[in-house]
Amino acid sequence: MERLEVLKTYKIYIGGQFPRTESGRYYDPKNAQGQALANICLSSRKDLRNAVVAARKAFGGWAERAHFNRGQILYRIAEMLEGRKAQFVEELMKQGSTKAAAEKEVDQSTDLLVYYSGWADKYQQLFSSVNPVASSHFNFSALEPMGVVGIVAPQDTSLFGLVSSIIPVITGGNTVVVLASEKLPLCAVTFAEVLNSSDVPGGVVNILTGKESELLEQFATHMDINAVLYGGGDAKNYIRLKELGTDNVKRVFNFDGAETENPYLIADFQEVKTTWHPIENIGGSTSTY
Amino acid sequence: MSDVFGLTSQIKIMSKKDTKQNETVSWELSPAPESKGHISLKPKYDLFINGKWVKPSGGKYFDSINPATEEKLAEIAYASEADVDKAVKAAREAYTNVWSKLSGRERGKYIFRIARLIQERAREFAVIETLDGGKAIRESRDVDVPLAANHFFYYAGWADKLEYAFPNRKVESLGVAGQIIPWNFPLLMAAWKIAPALACGNTVVLKPAETTSLTALKLAEIIEESGLPAGVVNIVTGYGDTGAAIVNHPDVNKVAFTGSTNVGKIIQRAVAGTNKKLTLELGGKSANIIFEDAPIDQAVEGIVNGIFFNQGHVCCAGSRLFVQEGVADEVIQKLKDRMDHLYIGDPMDKNTDIGAINSKEQFDTIRKYIKIGKAEGNEIYESNCPVPSKGYFCRPTLILDVAQSSTLVQEEIFGPVLTVQTFRTVDEVIQKANNTPYGLAAGVWTDKGSKIFNLTTKLRAGVVWANTYNRFDPVSPFGGYKESGFGREGGKHGLEAYLKI
Repeated sequence: MERLEVLKTYKIYIGGQFPRTESGRYYDPKNAQGQALANICLSSRKDLRNAVVAARKAFGGWAERAHFNRGQILYRIAEMLEGRKAQFVEELMKQGSTKAAAEKEVDQSTDLLVYYSGWADKYQQLFSSVNPVASSHFNFSALEPMGVVGIVAPQDTSLFGLVSSIIPVITGGNTVVVLASEKLPLCAVTFAEVLNSSDVPGGVVNILTGKESELLEQFATHMDINAVLYGGGDAKNYIRLKELGTDNVKRVFNFDGAETENPYLIADFQEVKTTWHPIENIGGSTSTY
Repeated sequence: MSDVFGLTSQIKIMSKKDTKQNETVSWELSPAPESKGHISLKPKYDLFINGKWVKPSGGKYFDSINPATEEKLAEIAYASEADVDKAVKAAREAYTNVWSKLSGRERGKYIFRIARLIQERAREFAVIETLDGGKAIRESRDVDVPLAANHFFYYAGWADKLEYAFPNRKVESLGVAGQIIPWNFPLLMAAWKIAPALACGNTVVLKPAETTSLTALKLAEIIEESGLPAGVVNIVTGYGDTGAAIVNHPDVNKVAFTGSTNVGKIIQRAVAGTNKKLTLELGGKSANIIFEDAPIDQAVEGIVNGIFFNQGHVCCAGSRLFVQEGVADEVIQKLKDRMDHLYIGDPMDKNTDIGAINSKEQFDTIRKYIKIGKAEGNEIYESNCPVPSKGYFCRPTLILDVAQSSTLVQEEIFGPVLTVQTFRTVDEVIQKANNTPYGLAAGVWTDKGSKIFNLTTKLRAGVVWANTYNRFDPVSPFGGYKESGFGREGGKHGLEAYLKI
């Protein structure tokens, strides 16, 4: 007798948990052949607000992790992704990729994780400075993460766009609330499962599925989102995000996926903090002995 | 920066003690006014566009007032949209035909020249800055003008070294930079804007604040004298609508604004639909935190310097004081004593610690906040130093035992008004200090190194002063988190604002 396949329920990912959308709504995106992919959660504004709360709660702990430890965890994500390659390839093919393209996309995503894993304890040295002020003070500038970052993931890929927009931002110690590709959402949910088994603390990455048209305004106006990375590819929506984001002087960046291996993407979501402290200077003695 | 609240007012503290012991000894200071005989001020200033002084198209002028005497200093041209357009066109032409073709080395040499010329005319600049803005001459002389010259020196040297600043990147200039600056550090802010813009190969249209145009116009004279090609720097004077014309001009590639958070948000919205690169340096409500193990006398000086420097007209002013409970009584008493001995009055007097409030408008704003403080039922302490009857002067003021939710704790006052709160634990003070939409600066006072670094890492602010406050230097990046704006000015990080990376 033929075995009946166990189908997967695609849920969203908030604070390290996999709830369904609180709204109870769904949508059923179809592939090129018109075949329904799955019943996907149509996340609501309330889901987004819950995700921001989870991201804010996770921020302090993630930002203060040793950079080395963040690198270790990023590498662990790569390991878990590699191990699940077959599942991602299958999902990508279901969403319309050829086998070769699907395999390439998973490999690229895994390699990108390894690439940023290496940056985790190096970008600070690259972008910080010790500043020789003219007075008797020690002065240095170092990077700190901005806080909670909203990400609208690119539409045209299911996995690589998602990974390449999230990873630089969390490498730098931010926590994120991500809206997955509306048309190709399957890998986002499966990637959340990868994250959940990679020692990434709950709340560092929160992934919603649903419609940009419903959530864009909320990304822009939420007062506890510090910055937004927009990968949606719609110039009008990008401008709208920037306009509506001014209520809390939000930092809004466009993500065109042109240069994915790029430490400046980490730096975009960092604040520069400059610290001063006096240097005791008594009697003018110098260290010339 | 030297200690602005330096020796003279401390002598007066000594004198008070001495007179108690011996009533016949008087240590009162004689007036020590700076001479204004050698400065050159024209009765009327036109716009500086394309290397020439041109009349405003609308023929309108407005008065620049000395806020300490309420006397008129000069008439300033009021630039219209058409004038701004003329300035942007001049800047574009200078960018395309001259400035972008020049090597970094030659650009740098022009900027070095400007730095030297400011140094040579430092005294004239200091006197005019004080007459026009009301700040104490000791501050103009020892802080504003030298820092402005040093800023040009610092960025001049970057002009031919930009490829070292951004690893693995070939950087390019942006084009025409539109820059709008505030009235609290008129010349210094002009330097912070113009120096990095020129070093990075951009040309400039700059608008000073309407109450303090004079030193920017004097800087235009120096720029003329330096032989900088015509149109590379254009200075247009006027009010908010002049600034709006710069922000909205379609041929401006970069907007840099220093000023209030409200106006900053309007500008951010205005450029949202364009490709203009934007940096904003906005308001603040910075926490100054005193722990029980702090060196108390130094901390009190730091509090005074943090909030009363430049009459409190400082975006990064330490306007929220947090004192740990065990030392609160002692710190507040010492602070009151110190405030009583600050000299407030003629900004031109070299003994003066606190000068005039910059304008009648700002004076009214500060009075409004003190009134709110009274209406809220807070305990208010105003220093009892004598205050001149003419001009806009405001006594150093404490708002004591004030609630975190008070308007005075939440909103930027931009005057010599300090709110005082107490705390018990490190976690509590971090929570309270960060509980603000702003994130420009913070101060921490303790003798324990590990505690300093705990605090300096957790305070969400762009500049953190530990056991010091209100220090500035051209090599030191300055700028805010959250609603205090984005982008940095000063240091290597300040280059990013004026380059395509």
